[in-house]
Amino acid sequence: MTAVVEVSDLSKRFGQFTAIDRASFAIEENTIHGLLGRNGAGKTTLMQLMTGQDFASGGSIRLFGENPVENSRALSGVCFIKESQKYPEDFKAKHVLRSAPWFFPEWDAAYAERLVADFRLPLDRRIKKLSRGQLSAIGVIVGLASRAPLTFFDEPYLGLDAVARQIFYDRLLEDYASHPRTIVLSTHLIDEVSALLERVIVVDEGRIVIDSSAEDLRGSASIVAGPRATVDAFVDGRDVLHREQLGGLSSVTVARLSEAERSAAARAGLELAPVSLQQLIVRTTTSTSDKEWSQAS
Amino acid sequence: MNRRSRHTVDESRPIFVQIAEGIENDILSGVLAEETQVPSTNEFAAYYRINPATAGKGVNLLVDEGVLYKKRGIGMFVAEGSRATLAAKRREKFDSEFVRPLIAEAAKLGISRTELAELIRKEETS
Repeated sequence: MTAVVEVSDLSKRFGQFTAIDRASFAIEENTIHGLLGRNGAGKTTLMQLMTGQDFASGGSIRLFGENPVENSRALSGVCFIKESQKYPEDFKAKHVLRSAPWFFPEWDAAYAERLVADFRLPLDRRIKKLSRGQLSAIGVIVGLASRAPLTFFDEPYLGLDAVARQIFYDRLLEDYASHPRTIVLSTHLIDEVSALLERVIVVDEGRIVIDSSAEDLRGSASIVAGPRATVDAFVDGRDVLHREQLGGLSSVTVARLSEAERSAAARAGLELAPVSLQQLIVRTTTSTSDKEWSQAS
Repeated sequence: MNRRSRHTVDESRPIFVQIAEGIENDILSGVLAEETQVPSTNEFAAYYRINPATAGKGVNLLVDEGVLYKKRGIGMFVAEGSRATLAAKRREKFDSEFVRPLIAEAAKLGISRTELAELIRKEETS
């Protein structure tokens, strides 16, 4: 696999606040990545650093093998769809689409037109008069029709309804299949997008806590439930991700179980339940104080 | 094991395994006959709304097992004899995955083996 972005030991501080803390990871070519994490975890800061819109406090970033800061050659291969994109006063959606080819060499105007119809975007209305969902639709259309070798979608669907989000996912998959390229999707709607992802990078408090293939994560944890004493005996010495108690019953999330361990649990009368990607990420990014709190209670 | 529907995938197990099982089910039920072409990776991806690489991994799992084979430049096909092979593989697991849980659940509810057998017979005739 070729990496289109390589980040090593990257840090970003704003005064006393460490937004990114010695992050190292790679964005692989022609792969759909999920950049996941809670609000304020550092997702947007990471994307701004990768696209040269901010200076790192330490560490290095290679975008297409080069330093991204003020590097128009490397950045010409990038499309960054921001959550809060600002447009010039009096701009209409049609102006955005008309100016897009100046920034994106691979721009497909006919495809953009089809997407405008899909999302029912009014082209001739001033952008500041558009709804939040219509504003997001502009971003989604530009992100898809730009066909940039590396496209970042930062929470692209604020205000988009369920139908429009589904259109976005379907068009993204279709277009990715016919025009393979690198996509980074930053979101907290993990359940909705997880099946689209090939790699998952999870940020928490500025640190990379998961960097894995999505398929390796699925089924990598199980919930073991049953009488407290039996559960405690079974999970003794294991890596416990989460623990819940209700009276004499206990429900514990543990890392991957082998086939033999699963049948041992079944023989002991314990119930096993799978853990979804979203649940796993919630478990991983719940702050330490929360964990201590739930264990103490 | 979860084999409830071939039309959806869930997030609790690797999706490529579910894709492979879905194709196996279609071969077993005769929806996909031997020597016919299976949908392409991109068709699977669009249908299930999953990443094409994940769909490809599911298809390749069955290629490695000899259930599917590749015709260069055309696509993937169901191998001759794969239906019988799959049935034999599934039969081995039938006891542990279906019969034993059935007996265990029946015991919990106080249904005797004789009553259980009677229930199965009734299903047959209905």
